[in-house]
Amino acid sequence: MGKLTLEDLRRMRGEKQKAIDMRDSSNKDVQVIVGMGTCGIAAGAKDTFTALVDSINEKGLTNVLIRQTGCMGLCHSEPTVEVVVPGIPAVIYGHVDVATAKEIVEKHVVGHELIEGKLLDRPSIDIIKNG
Amino acid sequence: MAFESYVLVCGGTACCSGGADNIVEAFASELAAAGLKDKVQVVKTGCLGFCEQGPIVKILPQGTFYVQVKAEDVKEIVAEHLVKGRVVQRLCYDPEQAKKLVAEANIPFYQKQYRIVLRNCGVIDPEKIDDYIARDGYKAIEKVLFEMTPEQVVDEILKSGLRGRGGAGFPTGMKWKFAMMQPKGQKYMVCNADEGDPGAYMDRSTLEGDPHSILEAMIIAGYAIGASKGFIYIRAEYPLAIRRLEVAIEQATELGLLGKDILGSGFDFEIELRFGAGAFVCGEETALLQSIEGNRGMPKPRPPFPAVKGLWGRPTVINNVETLANIPVIINKGADWFNKIGTATTKGTKVFALTGKVNNSGLIEVPMGTTLREIIFDVGGGIRGGHQFKAAQTGGPSGGIIPPQFLDTPIDYESLAKIGSIMGSGGLIVMDETDCVVDIAKFYLDFTVDESCGKCAPCRIGGRKLLNYLNKITDGRGTEDDIVQMQNISDAMCKASLCGLGQTASNPVKSTLRYFMDEYMEHIRDKKCRSGKCSKLISYTIDPAKCKGCTACARKCPAGAISGAVKTPHVIDQSKCIKCGACEATCKFGAISHG
Repeated sequence: MGKLTLEDLRRMRGEKQKAIDMRDSSNKDVQVIVGMGTCGIAAGAKDTFTALVDSINEKGLTNVLIRQTGCMGLCHSEPTVEVVVPGIPAVIYGHVDVATAKEIVEKHVVGHELIEGKLLDRPSIDIIKNG
Repeated sequence: MAFESYVLVCGGTACCSGGADNIVEAFASELAAAGLKDKVQVVKTGCLGFCEQGPIVKILPQGTFYVQVKAEDVKEIVAEHLVKGRVVQRLCYDPEQAKKLVAEANIPFYQKQYRIVLRNCGVIDPEKIDDYIARDGYKAIEKVLFEMTPEQVVDEILKSGLRGRGGAGFPTGMKWKFAMMQPKGQKYMVCNADEGDPGAYMDRSTLEGDPHSILEAMIIAGYAIGASKGFIYIRAEYPLAIRRLEVAIEQATELGLLGKDILGSGFDFEIELRFGAGAFVCGEETALLQSIEGNRGMPKPRPPFPAVKGLWGRPTVINNVETLANIPVIINKGADWFNKIGTATTKGTKVFALTGKVNNSGLIEVPMGTTLREIIFDVGGGIRGGHQFKAAQTGGPSGGIIPPQFLDTPIDYESLAKIGSIMGSGGLIVMDETDCVVDIAKFYLDFTVDESCGKCAPCRIGGRKLLNYLNKITDGRGTEDDIVQMQNISDAMCKASLCGLGQTASNPVKSTLRYFMDEYMEHIRDKKCRSGKCSKLISYTIDPAKCKGCTACARKCPAGAISGAVKTPHVIDQSKCIKCGACEATCKFGAISHG
C-alpha cells in the first residue's frame, strides 16, 4: 500500500470499523484471541497459540480466526484466551495450557460448550468503562 | 446444537468453601427436572473476583449476577430465571436497588477500573495497524495536523491537566510549552520507555499491547513543539516491546503516517529506537539524554532544563510512555472531558502493576483518587492466603511504604507525597505480615546502591552508609544511635543529591522509620524479627518433650548442627546453625520451632 492521504485514512477507518463490527472478515465468524504480552508468553502462550492453530487445522475448521493481542491485565491467570463464538457470550479462559487449548477448540468452538474450571471473567469492553 | 443459556458458578477458593460445589450439583439436578438439561450448560469458573459476596452465580447471556447464593436458592433461580425469564431480585447484589442492579456492569466492584491508557491493550492485535486505526487510531493526528495550530495543541494539553506519569508529576503541557517557545530549529521529542522500578511493567505492557498509540502521541507532541525527529529510549530487556515497536514504526512509515509530509499536511516526523542497557539511572531524563548521545548515563544539574537545552544542546521534550498514551484520547475527546476524571490536582487515570501478596496480581487502570483499599481489596481481590495486610509500596525504590492507616487515602501525587511516598511510575507491591519492613527497606537500598551512577557524593556514599546500617540492624548488631544517623543521612541525601535517584533513594528508609519504628526497635533492642525474614535474628530450637529422636532432622541438616542419639531428644548447635529451616520442615512431630 502506498502513502495515505487524509481521505484514505478516513475511508480505511470506516472500512475497518465495519469489518470489526461485523466480526466476519473473510467468512470467519469465530474469533480466538490469545493474550501475547510478555506475561502471557512467559506463562506459555506460544505453546497455547500453536496448539490452537494445530487443533483448528486438524479439524479442518475454516471459519476460525486466531488473533493475538497484548496483556489483558489478568497476569495472575496467564495464558489467557478470549473466545468469541456467535450465539455464545464472549468469554475469557485463564491458565490455558496445551490440553485446554485443544479442549477449547473441541468443546467450545465446535461443541458450543463452555469448559469447566478455566473460565474467567471478561475484564474489558463490557465491564470496564472505556476511555 | 447450541445451549441457550449458561450458568457460571464461581469456583474460586472462597466460593468453593462457601459451597459452590453443592450449587453446581443443585443446578444439574434442577435443570434435569425442568427438562432444560440440553438448553442450559452449568460451568464452574475461575474466581470472579468478588469473594466477599460469594458464592457468585452469573447467568449468561443476560449477565445477571447473583450473590451469596445457597444450594436452596437454585430451585428458584431455575424456575424463575431460566424457565420464566424473570430475574430473582432478592439474590441480586444490593437488594435495595435490585431492579437497576442486575447486570454485573452495575456492580461498583467492576466500575473501579477505567481504561484510557490501556484502552486497546488486550483488545487489538498490536502487530496490525488496521486494528489500531479501526479503534480511532491516528484520528487525533488528523485533527492536530489539519485543524489545530501548535499553540492550540499545547493549550489543550495544558487545559487537560495531564501530568507526567513517570513519577514526578510535572504538567505535560508546561513542558511542551517551554519547548515550543524556543526559537525554531532542530528540536527533539523523546519517549522515556526505560521502565526500571522492580515490580513495574505498565509501560512494557502498553508498548506490547498498543505500540501505535505511542507513535501517534509522539507525532502530536512533535507537531506541537516543532520537532521533526523522535527517539524512543527503551531498555534492551524488553525484546517483545521492541519488536512490536519496530513493526509498528515500519507499518506507520509504509502508510505515510511517519516520515515526510504526513498525510499531505506538510509536517515531517520520524522516530528512531534507542536501546538502553538497563541502568536504572537512565530513566532520569538528563542521564537518558546522555545515553542517547552515546555517553555514559549520568545526570546533569538542571537548569538548563532539557526543554531548553536537551539532546545535542537542542530543545527536547521527554515524556513517559503512559503520559503519551493519554495524548491521542485527550485530543479526540477534548481536555474538558479528561479534566473531569480524577482529583482536584491530578487528572485522569493511573495504571498500576499490582503485585505482591495480592490475589489478583495484574495490570489495572483506575481513576486518580481511587483509594488503596479499593485497589487492593476490590480490584486486587484482597490478600493472598488469608494473611493480613501490612503495607503497600508505591513508586519502587524511590517510593515509600504505606501502612494500613492510609488505606483510605485517595491516591494522587499530593496525597502520596504527604504520607511519605510517591506515585512513581506505578508499581504497587502489597505486603503481608510475613514481610519484614526493615528487610524491604534493605532490598530497595541494595537496589539503589547498585544503580547509583556515583557522580555525586550524597547518593554514592549516603546510599552505601544507609545500606550498611540496615545490614547491621538486620544482623542484630544495630544500636539506637544508628537510627539517628540514618535519619541524618536520609535528609542529607534528599537535599544534596544531584538527581531524582539520590533525592528519593532514602524514601523507603524514611517511610519505614516513620511508620514502623517499633519494628526497627524490636530488631535493635530485642534482637527479634517478628516476620522471621531476618535469618540472623531467628534461632531454631528443639522441644525435648516433643522430640522422638527419629534423627530425620540431623540427617537433613546441611551444616551438621544437630546432634543426639537415636530415640533421645536432639539439640541444635546454634554456632553451627545456618538458619535454613530445613529441620523445621522435616520434623514430623512439630518439635522444632523458630523465634
